[in-house]
This record gives sequence, structure tokens and C-alpha cells, in this order.
Amino acid sequence: MAADTELITMTAAQIAAAVASGEVSSVEVTRAHLDRIAQTDVHVRAFLYVAEEAALAAAQAVDDQRTAGQPLGPLAGVPLALKDVFTTTDMPTTCGSRILAGWQPPYDATITARLRQAGVVILGKTNMDEFAMGSSTENSAFGPSHNPWDLSRVPGGSSGGSSAAVAAYQAPLAIGTDTGGSIRQPAAVCGLVGVKPTYGGSSRYGVVAFASSLDTPGPLARTVLDAALLHQAISGHDPRDSTSLDAPVPPVVAAARNPDVAGLRIGVVTELGGEGYASGVLTRFNEAVEVLESLGAKITEVSCPHFSYALPAYYLIAPSECSSNLARFDAMRYGLRVGDDGRASAEEVMSLTRAAGFGAEVKRRIMLGTYALSSGYYDAYYGKAQQVRTLIARDFAAAFEQVDVLISPTTPTTAFSIGERVEDPMAMYLADLATIPGNLAGNAAMSVPCGLAPEDGLPVGLQIMAPVLADDRLYRVGAALEAALDSRRGHPLLAEARGLEGVGGAEQEAGR
Amino acid sequence: MSITRDEVAHLARLARLALADDELDRFAAQLDVIITAVARVQEVAAAGIPPTSHAADLRNVFRDDVITPSLGAEAALAQAPAAEQDRFRVPRIGVED
Repeated sequence: MAADTELITMTAAQIAAAVASGEVSSVEVTRAHLDRIAQTDVHVRAFLYVAEEAALAAAQAVDDQRTAGQPLGPLAGVPLALKDVFTTTDMPTTCGSRILAGWQPPYDATITARLRQAGVVILGKTNMDEFAMGSSTENSAFGPSHNPWDLSRVPGGSSGGSSAAVAAYQAPLAIGTDTGGSIRQPAAVCGLVGVKPTYGGSSRYGVVAFASSLDTPGPLARTVLDAALLHQAISGHDPRDSTSLDAPVPPVVAAARNPDVAGLRIGVVTELGGEGYASGVLTRFNEAVEVLESLGAKITEVSCPHFSYALPAYYLIAPSECSSNLARFDAMRYGLRVGDDGRASAEEVMSLTRAAGFGAEVKRRIMLGTYALSSGYYDAYYGKAQQVRTLIARDFAAAFEQVDVLISPTTPTTAFSIGERVEDPMAMYLADLATIPGNLAGNAAMSVPCGLAPEDGLPVGLQIMAPVLADDRLYRVGAALEAALDSRRGHPLLAEARGLEGVGGAEQEAGR
Repeated sequence: MSITRDEVAHLARLARLALADDELDRFAAQLDVIITAVARVQEVAAAGIPPTSHAADLRNVFRDDVITPSLGAEAALAQAPAAEQDRFRVPRIGVED
């Protein structure tokens, strides 16, 4: 039952076209991806739940629609992996936490509902750092996912199950959420395209909250065009999310089809590079800058002096919001309940349940946030962090008066080894050094692959940042870089991933 | 030391986390490192800089006052840790004498 290699290596755009023309059925495509998951996920561990029956039923519905001559949407029949932070009525939603193990939500997230409506086939729910707090999936209560480039390395996080699934050809598309880099960083270390849309551009309704002023759902894919198609499908105003922007979705698909940077002003951020960045990351980044210049872009260096304070500000703001949001896990209406022996008080049951149900990182952040919001410390910590947030937004505003987009490496290093940073929270936090400023200001940002670091042969991501609601510029630059690098290389970067060699697919079938 | 073990124990009580002794030791050491690092925000001269609480320009959002279907008791209670007589059953709230 080796997966059909041809079907699992197709892009989402190709699958949608083939399903629409009747060349293949969505059931065949879905079956191929389910087979691939069955073969490889024992090694990758991308999924917390695989919805085989529901996926095949959704695929059949698309095939029936086509047979009946009904029009199909641009992603109809395409399989997708959904991060386990989005509520789903027909699958559990755990957020990688013991406190929600087995929870079956009574409603669909807006993004879940929009995917279903678009005919996208949801294969299952992907692993993540508990409540999206982490950069490696090692904070998942259900064990880490593994990077398909090298199974001993992390796939990034918190959307690491989603990045691992797409890089392992278990799904052509995935949805993640990005609070401090949780889409862009896993995309970078797995050699994928990942996008954090403008804050408010994609709905948070039914996304279990971590830090509400920062949480942003978005796409992961193997190509810039696929990411654009998914971005388009999930975006737009949602009256159920009070921070949802009532504005047209930027023309992301048209931009992805128009890879032209001639005359575009691109700023390299001075503060996001140099010390603390691996030499191989900088090598590939600098080469990509030269490629963009050769395509006609005007490259300048732009200083954003307050970006070096973004990481400390983020680790006050996000934990503060998390300490408030996670107060809802009180063992009363849903989720885990521990110690309810008939004598213990509600408060004791609450404290015992939260101690047993939350992992170490979640506890650390709840206490850090409780500390930052305490009277006596509020002004010195949370208050200062909010002022830094203003200064970072002003740095972006000043930069975007000089240039159309900003670029930087997405991450300071390539994928680190599983276990390497578990005991050192500050080392783990540094993975999001370059991605956090975009979350604090709420603007749009993308990571696009720019090659392999010479020292370890692992993927490097280039980050593109655009002003609020100028998401289309990300796709214009990303598509131009992708086209230029793919044509130099002669194939997509992911074709060089070797971590799953011999594990599944054609090689295995040939060996039987 | 930016934070003591006793302060961490106090935070754990405030946050309703029944932590074990060894957890308190470990978290005190880790939170000390983290708080020292994040205190860098205090280096920024920010007198007169307004705070930003949110990435979006927040305005209150109203909806029309129209009744829409909501969860029934069965759906609402379906995932409850304990339910009785169509209600959530919770542990005792007060102290009985």
C-alpha cells in the first residue's frame, strides 16, 4: 500500500485542476495521502488525529459535486492538515495539552467551516507545542514531531506538526497559527512557505486563545502559489471575531502569479542579522538578496533600532495575555478534572487539575504573566512592554516610508536537535528573534525557502515583511525568489530532503 | 535574584497551580533567568510614549439585537467532567460547618 508518489508530490494547485477536470478523483488523492500518513507518521509524528472516514466522505462529496456538474472552488478536493488549535465538531481538539485530551468541541472554528465550504479535505489534526507555546513541538503533551529533513531534529513550532506533515508529503497544505513566529519558523526549518497574514485578516473564532492581541492563523505550503490559494480561501471579515478586519482580502493569488520585483524597494533590516545568526543562514540569506537585486529590486539597508527589544517585550506581553486566557481551564465545564473526591473544594480541584493538566512551559508562562500583571510590577514590566510595542510599530512605519518590504533571515539557526533546548527556555525563545517584531506590530510576513546551510544541509528561510493589509507584496517577492532559485537549482528545494528515504513511497514498494 | 522561591510559590497560588516542591525549585531558577532577560524593556527611554495594547485599531463592535440559535443543554453538557439534572456538577464552593 505504498502511497502513489505522483499524487502526493503534486502541488495543491495541480491537484485542484486535476480534480476539476476529472483526471483524478478527490477520493484517489485523499487515499494516497492517507496511505502516506500510514507509512510515514510512525517516524514523523505530525498528526495527533487522522480522520480517515471524514476525509474520504468529504472527498466523495467533492467528486459527487463534479459529477453533478456543479462548480468547484479553487481548492476543492485538496487534502489539508489542520493544527489542533482549531475547533472541529467531528474531531478532537487538544491544543497538544493533557487538559483538553479527547475534547470534542460543540462548534467549528470559522476557518474550519470555510475550509469545509471550499471543499478542502481535512485529513486530521496536527501536533503542536501545548497551547502554541514553543518553537519545537517538544512542549506537546503527546510527544514531539520530527523534521522530515532529519528525523533527529525539531520541525519548528508551535505549528510543527503542520510543517512536518507538508514537508513529509502527507498533505500539500496545512493551517497553522502564528503568535510570535509559529508559522514562519516551522516553515523555515522545514523548507516550506509559511505566511502570517495581517493581524485581523484571518479569523480567530474557534482558535483556542493563547495571546489574543497577537494570534494569527495562516497557511503553510510547498509553493508560494499554494500558500496564496489557501490564504485567499480562509481570509476575510468574520462578524464572530471582534478584531476581524472589515476590508477586502489583499490580491494575494494575483501577486503570486506575477513574480516581478523590478523596481521594488526592498530593505534589509540591520538589527536582524549578524551576531547570533548561524554563518550558513547568513550565507544563503545574502545570496538571496543578490538574486533579488539581479531581478531588478532596489536593495537598501534599513535600521529598526527598537527591534532588539521586541523579544523581551514579547515575553512580557504574550505571557500576560496567556495567564488571563488560560484561566478558563478551571475543570468545571469541559476538559480534565482531577481530585474531585467529594471533599475537596472547587478551588482545590482547580489547582490540582491545572497542575496535572498543564506542562512546564505553560506553567512558566502563566506565572510569568501573573507576575508581570501584579500590582507593583505592572508599570515596570507590562507597561514598559506596551510602550516598546509602540516604538516597534513606529520603526516599521518609518521603514515603510523608505521601502516597500523589509527582509531578514526568518530564524537565527537551522533546525536544532530534539532535546537540545528543552532545559533552557531562553535558548528556545531565541528561535523567534526575527519573527516577533511582525506580531507586535500586526503586519503581514512570510517565510520562503532560500537554500540549505552549507554546514548542516538543512533549510534556511528568508522572511519578507509588508505593511498592514499589503499581504500581496509578500507573494510578489516570495514568488519571484522561488522562481529564480528553483530555476537555478533545476528543482524545488524540498526534492533534496532525505530524512524519510527508505521509509515509504516508491522505494519501499520497489523493495517488496 | 529577580524573583525568590517564596514569590514563585505565591504566583502559583494566585494562578491556581498546585505545584510540587521540586517544581518550585526549578521554576524559581528558570523564572529568575527569564525575568532578568525581559527586564531589558526598562532600558528603553519611553517617557511620553503611549502604550500599545493591540495590533489592531480596536473599536467596539456591536451586532444587531437578534436572537440566534445557541447550544442546547445537551451539547453544552456533553463534554462536562460531571453533570447532574441538566446542570454542570461542581465541587463545593464554600466551607460547611
